[in-house]
Amino acid sequence: MEQEGKKRIWSEYQKEIADDHYFYVRSCIRQTFFPGSETTFLKILRDDLSRDVFEDARHTTCTGIGYHTDIVPFETIMTIAARHFALMTEAGYVNFVPSCVTSFGIYTEILDTWKHFPEMEAKARDYLWTATRREFKIPDNLSHTSDIIYRFRNELAELSGHRLVNKNDGKPLKVVEHIGCHYAKMFPKCGVGGAEFPAVLSGMVEAWGGEVIDYPERRHCCGFGFRQYLIKANRGYSLSNSKKKFESMQPYQPDFIVANCPGCAMFLDRWQYTIAEMEGITYDKSGKGIPVLTYEELAGLIMGYDPWVMGMQMHQISVEPLLDKIGIVYNKKDKYLGSKGQYIGVPQPPHFLLQ
Amino acid sequence: MGRLYERLCEDLRCLEGLKSCMNCGVCTAICPSAEFYRYDPRKICDTVQRADDESIEQLLKSDTIWYCGECMSCKTRCPRGNTPGLLIMALRKLSQEMGYFTDSEKGRQQFAIRRVIGDSILTTGYCMRPILVNPANHPEQGPVWEWVYNNLPEVMDKVGANYLKDGPGALRRIAPEVLSEINQIFQVTGGQDFFQLIEEFSKDKADEMCLDAGELGGDNAYFSEVYTKNSGNHH
Repeated sequence: MEQEGKKRIWSEYQKEIADDHYFYVRSCIRQTFFPGSETTFLKILRDDLSRDVFEDARHTTCTGIGYHTDIVPFETIMTIAARHFALMTEAGYVNFVPSCVTSFGIYTEILDTWKHFPEMEAKARDYLWTATRREFKIPDNLSHTSDIIYRFRNELAELSGHRLVNKNDGKPLKVVEHIGCHYAKMFPKCGVGGAEFPAVLSGMVEAWGGEVIDYPERRHCCGFGFRQYLIKANRGYSLSNSKKKFESMQPYQPDFIVANCPGCAMFLDRWQYTIAEMEGITYDKSGKGIPVLTYEELAGLIMGYDPWVMGMQMHQISVEPLLDKIGIVYNKKDKYLGSKGQYIGVPQPPHFLLQ
Repeated sequence: MGRLYERLCEDLRCLEGLKSCMNCGVCTAICPSAEFYRYDPRKICDTVQRADDESIEQLLKSDTIWYCGECMSCKTRCPRGNTPGLLIMALRKLSQEMGYFTDSEKGRQQFAIRRVIGDSILTTGYCMRPILVNPANHPEQGPVWEWVYNNLPEVMDKVGANYLKDGPGALRRIAPEVLSEINQIFQVTGGQDFFQLIEEFSKDKADEMCLDAGELGGDNAYFSEVYTKNSGNHH
C-alpha cells in the first residue's frame, strides 16, 4: 500500500488523549514484572512534564485475567470496573488511565457494552450501590498509559539527552514494536492508529530517532492466551506463538523490541531464554538475545534515567548491548545491588544465552 | 432451536460475537490457536448458528472450546464484524454452568485457575502477584526471575514499589475494608456462586477420578493432574 493511502486510513483512527489530570490505575502484571516502569511513568509525568496524576490506594485488580480465563462473569467484572470509576469520580477526576493493556481492553469492552445495552449500565449501578454504596460517572477520556507517552513524545524528544541512534555508526536503531492484542484489536477506534496501523509505539520510536521494522508477523499475538500460559500443560501454545514472531523478525536484525503490554514484554523476554535453553537458538548475531523494553523504560532511557532504578536488571535478556549502542553511561557493578547498595546475590548465568 | 442455544443467546457476548457468519474462514486464517491446536473458529460459528442442541452439547463437553487464547485477533479481520473469541467466552460460561467442562482435559483446568487466580483476587485484590510465579512451577521464567523472587523486598524497594506496605504504589497491601468491598461485589453479582459451581463440579469429577481436591489451594492430587496433564491429543 502506498504511504499516502496508509496515512489516510491512519487519520481515521486518531483518538483524543487527555492533556492533564489523570486518574492512574496500576496493572497486576506490570507491577509484578516491571514495577519500575510504573515508577518511571509517574516520574516522567509529574517531574518532567509537570502533569497531575492521582493514584488511589483503594484501587484493585480489574479481575481481567479472571475474566479472560473465564472464571469471572461479565456482571462481576463490569461492577469492579464501575467501582474504579467511582473512585475516580470521588477524587474529582474524569480522565481514566490504566497501565495494563488487558484492563484497557476490559474498560473499552464494558463502555461499549453499556453504550449498546444501557440496561447493563443500569444493572452495574445497582450492583455497585448494593455492594458498596458507591456511585460513578463514566470517564470523559479513557487512555492507556502508552497513549499518554505517545501524546508527549515530541516534548520528551525535546527534553531528552539521547536519541535512538547507534553511536558507533550514526544510523537509526532498528526497532520491533509490539502492540498488545487488547489495545485495539477489539475496538480499533480506541487505539491510536487502529488495529492494522497502530502508531502508539511507532510514533514514539520515530520521534526519538529510531527506525521501525515492518516484518510479516508484526501483528501476531505474543501467545499469552491467558489459560494457555497460566496452566503448565498449555504453555507450548504461548512459546510457539512467540517463536513464530522471533523467526519472522530475525532477518531484519532488530536492535530491540518495545511493547505496550506488560505481558507481551515479559513473554518476549522470557521465551527467548526458554528457546535458547531448549534448542540453543538466539535471534540476534551476538548470541545475547534481543533486548525487550517497556515503552516507559524506553522513554526513561532517552530521558537519562538510571536503568537499574527503572528495573531493567529484572529482564532475562541483558540490556547492556542496547545501552552501549545508544551511549548511555551506567554502572555495571550496581546492576544487581539492593536499594541501599547492599549485595543481594546475583542471578545464575543461563546455559546458552551470553551475558 | 433448543434449550442450550437459547441459553447461549442470553449471553450478550454471543449476541455481539455472532451476527451472521458466512463461513469465509478469515478468523481461522488469523487465529494463533488454529495454528497450534486442532482448532477452527469458523466451525465454532457454524455449529452455534445451526442452533442444534446436540452439536452444541458436544462442543460444550469437548476440549475444543478451551483452545482459544482470547486474543481477539478474529474481531479485527472478520468482514461481518463477528468475534468468535466472544462466542467462545459465552460457550465456556455455559459449559461451566452445566458442569460439562469436567468432561474434557482442557476444561478441567478451570479448577486450577479458580483456585489460583480466583483465590488471589478475593484474598489479595490482585489477579497476579510475584509470589504466584514460583520458579519451581515456572522454569521458563529463567534465573533472573529466580533471583528477583528470592530477593523480592530488596528488588522491589530499589525500583520504587511499595511492596506489601500500606498506601499507594506498586504491589501495595490492599486494605481489608477494600477486599471486603471486592468480596461483596462478587456476592452481589454472582461471581462467588460461579466460583462455587466450578468447585462443586470439579470435586465431583475428582471423586470420580479417585483424586483428592482438598479444600483450598493447589497442594492436592486433582490440582496437579489438571495443571500438568497433557495427553498430546490436541494437535
